[in-house]
Amino acid sequence: MIEPIAKPRRKNPLQRTRLPTSPARARSRASHGFTRAAAEGRFMLQRCGACGTFCYPARDACLACLSAELAFTDAPRRGTLLSETTLHVPADVHFRERAPWRIGLVAMECGPTLVTHLHADCEEGGPVVMSFQLDKSGQAVAFAHPEREPPNMTDDRQWREMTADPKFRRVLVTNGRSIVGQEVVAALKTAGASIVFVGVAEPWKPFRGEDALRAMAGVEIVPLDIGDEKSVADLAADIGGKVDILVNTTEHVRAGGLLDRQGTSVVRDEIDQSYLGFVHLAQAFGPAMRMRGSDGVNSAAAWVNILSVYALANWPVFGAYSASQAACLSLSHCLRAELRPGGVKVVNVFTGPLDIEWFQTVPPPKVAPRAVANAIVSALRRGVEDVFVGDVAEDIRQRLAANPKAVERELGA
Amino acid sequence: MQSSIRTPYDRVVMAVPVTIPYVRYSIESAQWWIGHALKALVDGAGITPRDIDGFCVSSFTAGLDSGIGLTQHFGLCVRWIDTIPLGGASAIAALRRAARAVQAGDARIVACVAGDTNHVDSFRYTLENFSRFNQDAVYPYGAGGANASFALIARNYMRTFGAKREDFGKIAVAQRSNALRNPNALMKAPLSIEQYMSARPIADPIHLFDCVMPCAGAEAFLVMGEDVAASLNLPAARILATIERHNAFGDDPVQVRGGWAMDVDELYAMAGVKPDDLDFVETYDDYPVISMMQFEDLGFCRKGEGPDFVRQHDLTIDGSFPHNTSGGQLSVGQAGAGGAYLGVVEALRQVLGQAGPTQVRDARVGLASGFGMINYDRGLASGAAILAGPDA
Repeated sequence: MIEPIAKPRRKNPLQRTRLPTSPARARSRASHGFTRAAAEGRFMLQRCGACGTFCYPARDACLACLSAELAFTDAPRRGTLLSETTLHVPADVHFRERAPWRIGLVAMECGPTLVTHLHADCEEGGPVVMSFQLDKSGQAVAFAHPEREPPNMTDDRQWREMTADPKFRRVLVTNGRSIVGQEVVAALKTAGASIVFVGVAEPWKPFRGEDALRAMAGVEIVPLDIGDEKSVADLAADIGGKVDILVNTTEHVRAGGLLDRQGTSVVRDEIDQSYLGFVHLAQAFGPAMRMRGSDGVNSAAAWVNILSVYALANWPVFGAYSASQAACLSLSHCLRAELRPGGVKVVNVFTGPLDIEWFQTVPPPKVAPRAVANAIVSALRRGVEDVFVGDVAEDIRQRLAANPKAVERELGA
Repeated sequence: MQSSIRTPYDRVVMAVPVTIPYVRYSIESAQWWIGHALKALVDGAGITPRDIDGFCVSSFTAGLDSGIGLTQHFGLCVRWIDTIPLGGASAIAALRRAARAVQAGDARIVACVAGDTNHVDSFRYTLENFSRFNQDAVYPYGAGGANASFALIARNYMRTFGAKREDFGKIAVAQRSNALRNPNALMKAPLSIEQYMSARPIADPIHLFDCVMPCAGAEAFLVMGEDVAASLNLPAARILATIERHNAFGDDPVQVRGGWAMDVDELYAMAGVKPDDLDFVETYDDYPVISMMQFEDLGFCRKGEGPDFVRQHDLTIDGSFPHNTSGGQLSVGQAGAGGAYLGVVEALRQVLGQAGPTQVRDARVGLASGFGMINYDRGLASGAAILAGPDA
C-alpha cells in the first residue's frame, strides 16, 4: 500500500534547483498512435482489420497475417503482471536519478505482452488494468494499475510522474472575476492544492462571488490584468517561482463575425485579451515553470488553457471569437513544445458554449462552469492533455473526425 | 535419433582461432580492432591479405562502415562478403554462411571477424539506438539494454521452475574460476558464491555478477577447404552440425526457451553425436539464466530441470561438465559482437588442443552457441554448432 505523500516543506533558498531531465523521447511514427490515445486518456492498440489480432509494439504490418490494415482501436485494458523488476542502476540520467524504478511485463487478455511502468500496488501474478500515459518527455508510455483502486492511489511516486495532480501544488488561476474562474479555484482547493493565487484585474471594482472567494482558506487574490504586459510581468516577478500549475481562465466572448461589425476595435479587444494575454502569461511564467519541472513534490507540472471548441472549426455567429480561440490553440501547441523539455504538460480543455451571460442567446445544451472546473481537475489527475467537456464539444470532435467539410458548412448554415 | 536431410559440411574446416586481448575502454575505433584481428589471421595462417577472398564481419561500433567499406579500409579484394548484424548469434551465423560459401566454391578462404571498440559513451549509444521496438517500447521505461529485459525473463523463470539465485551464482562462480586460468580475461580476481550473493542489485533479480562488462576487443577465425588447410599446414576443425533460428516461440508470453529448442534434435542428428558425447560446452552467457535455459534447450536436461542440472554438475574446466572454459563473457568481458565469437573461438581452440591453460583434457568434440538481439521483450536470434578436432 502507498504511504500518503507529505506536504513539502518550504524550499531551502540556498539549494540548487534540480534541472529537469527527460526520458527517451524518440518514437517511430506509427508509435504516435499511443501518444494520441494517451493525450485523450484512452487505451488503444493496433488491431488488424483483416484477422482481428491485437499487436504491440506499434508496427506497420500485422504479425499474424501481414495485412497493413492496422488501425488504432480502443482495446480491453485487462492483463496479468507476468514478471516485474526494480531498476537500481538504469542507463539514462532521468531514470538513474529516480531509481529504484519498477517496471514489468504484462500479458494482455487480448494477446500482446507490454513492457510497462508499474503502480506500486501491482502484484506479480495478479490482474492489472492498463493505460497509456504521457511521461515527462511528453510521449506515451504504458502504465499498469492495480485492478481495484487502493488507498492513496494517486500518491504513488511513479504515477505522480505521469500526472499533474494538484495535491500540494501551487496554482495560479488567472481570472477570479468569472464564474468559471471561481469554480476552478474551488475545485482545485478541494483537490488538495496548497495555495491558489487568483488574478483579479482592477481589484477595486466589486464582482459577484468576491466575498466567497476572499473567505476561502488557502486562496490569495493577486492583481492581474493579462491584457497588460506590465501587470503580468509584475505578478510573475512576485510569485513566478512558485506557480506549479497555471490555469488560464481568461474569458472574452463577444458575438459577431466580420461583415456586421464596423471596424476592428472589438476584434482587437478579443485578440488583446485572449491571444496577447496568453502571450504575456507564457513569456512571464513559462520560463520559470520549464526550469522547475523536476522540483520535488511540488514541481511545475501543467499549464491549462480553456478553449472554445470552435477553435477547431469556426462558428460564424461567434466568428471573430472563434478565430481568437484558434489563434490560442495554435499558440498552445507552440507552448507545449517549448515547455516539453521541463516535463510540463499543456492541457487544452475544449468546451462548447458555457452557461454564462455572454452566451445568453445560445440554446442549450450549455456547459456548467462547474463541469469545466471538474474536467480540469480530472485532466490534471489523469495526466491527459486534450479534454472535451460537454455534449457540444464532444459532438464537434466526432463530426470533425468524420468530415471537417460538413462541419464547416453546417456551422455556417 | 532422427536423421538429418541437410548436406553435411564435408571438406570444410575452421582454423586459426584469434583473440585480440580485451580492454575495458579503448580510444581506438572498431576498425582498429577489426584490423588487428585480420592481421592476426593472416599471420597465424601464413598467408597474405590477398589470399582472403571471402570476408564476413560483425560490429556494433563500426559507425557507417559495413563489410564493403571495410574491404577498402583493409585492402581486401574478395568475391564473397557478408555483414552480420545478429549480435550474440553473429558467430554461428557467420560460420554457417562461410562454410556453405566455401563448400560451394564461392570462396576459398573466408575471414570471419567480429570487433568492437568501447568508448566511454559507446554502450549507452548502442542501447539508445538498438532497434525500433526497443526505441518505442523499452528504452523509454529506463530499461535500455538487456539488464531489465533479462531481469523480467529471469524472475519469471525462477518463479516458474524454482531456480534460485544460488544456482545462477554457481554458473558465474565456475566461470570465474575458469577465467583465472585465461590470461586474456578482464576479471582477474576470484569470485566466491558469498560475493556473488551479496553483490549490489542492478535490476532484481539481476545483480552485479550476473552482468557482463562491456569492453573493446576482437575475435576471429578462418573458414576454408580441408585441402587448403592441409596445404597451409594448419590444424583444423570440422563442423559436424549447426542450427540457427530466429523469433521462435513468439506466442510464449514471456521467454522461457530459445530457438534451440525447435532445432536441437536436428543438431545432434546432423552431427551424429549425443549430448553425452560432448567434451565441453560453450554457451552464450550474457546472463547465467540464459546459459541455464540452454542446458535445457540444447538437450542436456529437460525444460525446468536446468537448476537441478547445475546443482549436480561441476561446471569448471576439470569438472563433470566443462562449461564456458575461457570464463565466458561474464568473466572475460563482452566485446560487442565479439561476445558472439568468444565461445566459438574458444571451442575451436579446445578441439584443436590449443586452449593452453584453459584446455579441457582430451577435448575432441564440443558445442558452442549464440544468442542475441533483445529487440523488444526477448532474445530473437539463436544458433549452435558442434565442432570436432582432427583426432575425433
